[in-house]
Amino acid sequence: MSAGTVIVGTGQAGFQTAASLRAESYAEPITLIGEERQIPYQRPPLSKGFALGQQDFESVELRPEKFYQDHRINLITGSRVTAIDRAARGVKLESGKKFSYEKLVIAVGSRNRKLALKGANLDGIAYLRSVQEAAVIRDRLKNANAVVVIGGGFIGLELAAVARTMGKSVRVVEALPRLMSRAVPPMISEFFRQVHVGKGIQVICNATVSAIEGSDGSARSVVLSDGSRCGADLIIVGVGVVPNVELAQGAGLPVGNGIAIDEYLQTGDENIFAIGDCAEFPCTFAGARIRLESVQNAADQAQCVAATIAGRRSAYKALPWFWTDQFEVKLQMAGISHGHDRTVTRGSAESGKLSIFYFKGERLIAIDSINRPLDHMMGRKLMSAHLPLTREQAADESFDLKHLAHAVGAAHH
Amino acid sequence: MPRVTYISAKGDVREIDVAVGTTVMSAALKNGIDGIVAECGGVCMCSTCHVFVDEKFYDRLPPANDTEEAVLEIAAVERQATSRLSCQIKVTEELDGLIVRLPEKQR
Repeated sequence: MSAGTVIVGTGQAGFQTAASLRAESYAEPITLIGEERQIPYQRPPLSKGFALGQQDFESVELRPEKFYQDHRINLITGSRVTAIDRAARGVKLESGKKFSYEKLVIAVGSRNRKLALKGANLDGIAYLRSVQEAAVIRDRLKNANAVVVIGGGFIGLELAAVARTMGKSVRVVEALPRLMSRAVPPMISEFFRQVHVGKGIQVICNATVSAIEGSDGSARSVVLSDGSRCGADLIIVGVGVVPNVELAQGAGLPVGNGIAIDEYLQTGDENIFAIGDCAEFPCTFAGARIRLESVQNAADQAQCVAATIAGRRSAYKALPWFWTDQFEVKLQMAGISHGHDRTVTRGSAESGKLSIFYFKGERLIAIDSINRPLDHMMGRKLMSAHLPLTREQAADESFDLKHLAHAVGAAHH
Repeated sequence: MPRVTYISAKGDVREIDVAVGTTVMSAALKNGIDGIVAECGGVCMCSTCHVFVDEKFYDRLPPANDTEEAVLEIAAVERQATSRLSCQIKVTEELDGLIVRLPEKQR
């Protein structure tokens, strides 16, 4: 019998690799090993319904425990893989236990960037990645009055919305001039700033945190570099992540801004793949090597690597997409807007329904949609199929994207 | 508990008792029905929980909103007249006996 596939990491990417391998009729052993104690679960709801107390663990499980037995997936939770022995084709766990592999998939994700400043270790400073951390935030939010969110990115803003929905006094402190600036253009940052301010959140941009002050070991206020203080009994930090590259690095595999992989999601070793948040891959849509932190990327790369391991070698070419829910506003993003030189807008910020189409030269490269779901979905279809849309067509509301997208459907049949 | 019948593309029939308030999608996952993938977890961002609702029941469902309508347009198997996303169908007493058919693929 073959040693089969070992998957390191039980997040969305690891889980989906195992599930897709079985869906591909892969018959060899599958071992899914992760540091987290829980069976695989979804992360997106943690900063939304779960933090609000509307969803419990069972509702965020990716599959019930029985799924793994039914599909002959050897799920090992609460175990960290510490080393890869490439010559022997094996991994070693912290416990000393070893597993051989024929193919290895590294799906170890990323970890939160931590604050490095005075007071950073006080009690009452929360980060969000795992379900345990989400439970801490959920529980602390119940008794908190004043919440300060450090970092105006997706996670920070989603949690700010949750806290405000629960009636807390909320301030968001962002170091850059505008919200979510790494991912969206100024128009969308401003739209969301107005949403948050309109709900009573104080948004402070261009503000660097210089220290956190506390008493009796608990955080009490966030000190900004201009000397002003924001009182808080709960501080939530969302200042980005760092890819977990150490396992691959330790095995001598090439690493850039993530574990370096090619279009087949293969590392420098033909038997080792890396996918999801931890991997840096060549993206056709970005025209560059990038690393993405999203469910779409994790699930699609998992599906792709599973196909390759099951014997259908597949290059990765899925269109990136993403979403965020803040209050009742849903932002849907398709493609990678970075590097655009022109934009066309449908709808308007005033109407609360807006899509921005990004062009690089003549080519549509991305669409961001606020409460215009059809633009998003049709955009995904068009861009995935590399079907051209002109700026004139994008600007003309009467031009039916659905009609154009259906040409794709027909072409595929 | 209301009963929901899932019929796979191959014709396999599974009857499941579903608690009121549970979605047709999450009941499928809990009971090991592989024809439902539910990649986005039920937030109308993917189409991988697409089902064809039996005609007798289709009109009893609250209508799909714009977001669900948009997602149905990208379904891996082209939508039909009674297509819905199973994450948006909450089981009620009135839906007892509901029959849904699964498409041959979800991705």
